[in-house]
Amino acid sequence: MTMADDGLDTAGLSRVLVTAVRPERPGAVANALTFGWRALLKLKHMPEQLFDVIVTPVMFTVMFTFLFGGALAGSPDQYLQFLLPGILVQTVTFTTIYTGFSLNTDLSKGIYDRFRSMPIWRPSPIVGAMTGDTIRYTISSLIVVVIGLILGFRPETGVAGVIAAIVLLNLYGFGISWLFVVLALIVRSPSVVMTMSWLVLMPVTFLSNIFVDPATMPGWLQAIVAVNPVALLVTAVREIMAGTATLGDVALALIGPAVVTALVAPVAMVLYGRKT
Amino acid sequence: MLQQSDLAIETSGLVKLFGDNRAVDGVDLAVGRGRVFGLLGPNGAGKTTTVRILATLLKPDAGSAKVLGLDVVDDADALRGRISLTGQFASVDEDLTGAENLKLLARLLGFSRRDAKRRAEDLLGGFGLADAAGRQVKTYSGGMRRRLDIAASLVVTPDLLFLDEPTTGLDPRSRNQVWDIIRMLTANGTTVLLTTQYLQEADTLADRIAVIDRGKVIAEGTSAELKASVGSGVVHVRLASAEDREAAERCLAEAIGAPVHADGDPRALTAQVSEPGRAAAALAALSDAGIVVSDFSLGQPSLDEVFFALTGHAAIEKDAKGEEVETTQEGEGGR
Repeated sequence: MTMADDGLDTAGLSRVLVTAVRPERPGAVANALTFGWRALLKLKHMPEQLFDVIVTPVMFTVMFTFLFGGALAGSPDQYLQFLLPGILVQTVTFTTIYTGFSLNTDLSKGIYDRFRSMPIWRPSPIVGAMTGDTIRYTISSLIVVVIGLILGFRPETGVAGVIAAIVLLNLYGFGISWLFVVLALIVRSPSVVMTMSWLVLMPVTFLSNIFVDPATMPGWLQAIVAVNPVALLVTAVREIMAGTATLGDVALALIGPAVVTALVAPVAMVLYGRKT
Repeated sequence: MLQQSDLAIETSGLVKLFGDNRAVDGVDLAVGRGRVFGLLGPNGAGKTTTVRILATLLKPDAGSAKVLGLDVVDDADALRGRISLTGQFASVDEDLTGAENLKLLARLLGFSRRDAKRRAEDLLGGFGLADAAGRQVKTYSGGMRRRLDIAASLVVTPDLLFLDEPTTGLDPRSRNQVWDIIRMLTANGTTVLLTTQYLQEADTLADRIAVIDRGKVIAEGTSAELKASVGSGVVHVRLASAEDREAAERCLAEAIGAPVHADGDPRALTAQVSEPGRAAAALAALSDAGIVVSDFSLGQPSLDEVFFALTGHAAIEKDAKGEEVETTQEGEGGR
């Protein structure tokens, strides 16, 4: 071993400095999946990130079931059958905020300079992070389902229905999280991302059919609920779990996320390209 | 054409604005291949912005830049395959371990899972980080972090490596290690563009240096050329008594025919001389005037003096004790 007097192993170093190898450039999907893997590594090192994802759904499910159950449906038990698919949607919707929150934190770090100067598919750091976030949606969905089962929720379609619902929820979460990606790219600090996201998501989730049947609402509100993507998804998830879903229900639920992706993803990529 | 292909970096009239701030204000550079080129200047001079344009992170507002014969805007994607950037701020992921960082980059560059693991291990070994491979980077010392950062740029050997202030904030031993690494890289044929605010660093490492101040290149050449451009040498005078300084200053100015610079030290004076003969005349003049001199020397100007002569201000602000003031690493606009 040749040591420079500053303790550097120069012989060892010179062996690794030159690589003749220059591997084939991987495709877009491979790049994105590698960034998904990065998101998983972060979860491994900082499992406390999952605290919100675990605690919030437990709190919402238990709280709303016993708070509103008796008054709205006669008993908490009855209400749970109606509420649980809605709580699933609410939980995933709230979880999408974290995409913006963590991206905003991440973007301010020097490593994005490295990513942006590398020969990789440009959107892959963002698409990969969003892909990694589907793990969060899945975990929080599963927690809601488990709590529901403990409290007495019984989906007609069993395991298959739950899986189908979670797949749909993930597609929805991925699609609408583009909104928060854009927010993360515009806004300076993570806490502002958080505040602004809540301001949008609170009305959108409450002006829906998550908690109550819109039949009792005034007409103008019913009109809003009828086109609210959150409400459309709640309907689809309810129908899937009850075994009465049609392809139309699912398609309606996916219109919102698809439109958001088509319109907002390109904006996000332009903003990402301009980010200095 | 032939001449162009010899150049690793070629810019003309490069301009970047951040609002009203002309961060880069008409930079022309010509950097040969296989060398260390130093971009020297104080904080906020436009070094980082220039590097970010050349590394395809920023688009210039005017002018053009070719790196390795590729246009930084039109051929950005192809160029990214041949360059690496080690930014001023740690461009590694602090939450991941050293090994995970390198594996992540290797996977992004197309290494198989197994090859990525092996490449990461080799690099960590070579850079003296094998023992820290499984630790999160946030637990690394500044020197270790820097070495990992440079290793991260070498997962695939680039044709050109940008190092933005690679030794800022490092202790002398870590700084020497980074210098060793840079020397070995160029010995292997990689071109290095180095920015620094340390004159000694540019002097030690760089084959050619561009001095940059307020977004403009104000001088360019080898370290020797830059020194020569200021004059053949510098006279340093130390007086026996501080009371003589004013008289000595007048006397020197007359004999040398150049402005005399009075340092913070009340007994010291320096002046640039265009020809060595004038120094002898100056010493005689001081002696004739009855001014007692405790030390008189004629030397090559240091890069510090070159910088002062070129810009009219010091490269690094010094505080009352003569220690370097820790200038905050406020981004050069836009960050």
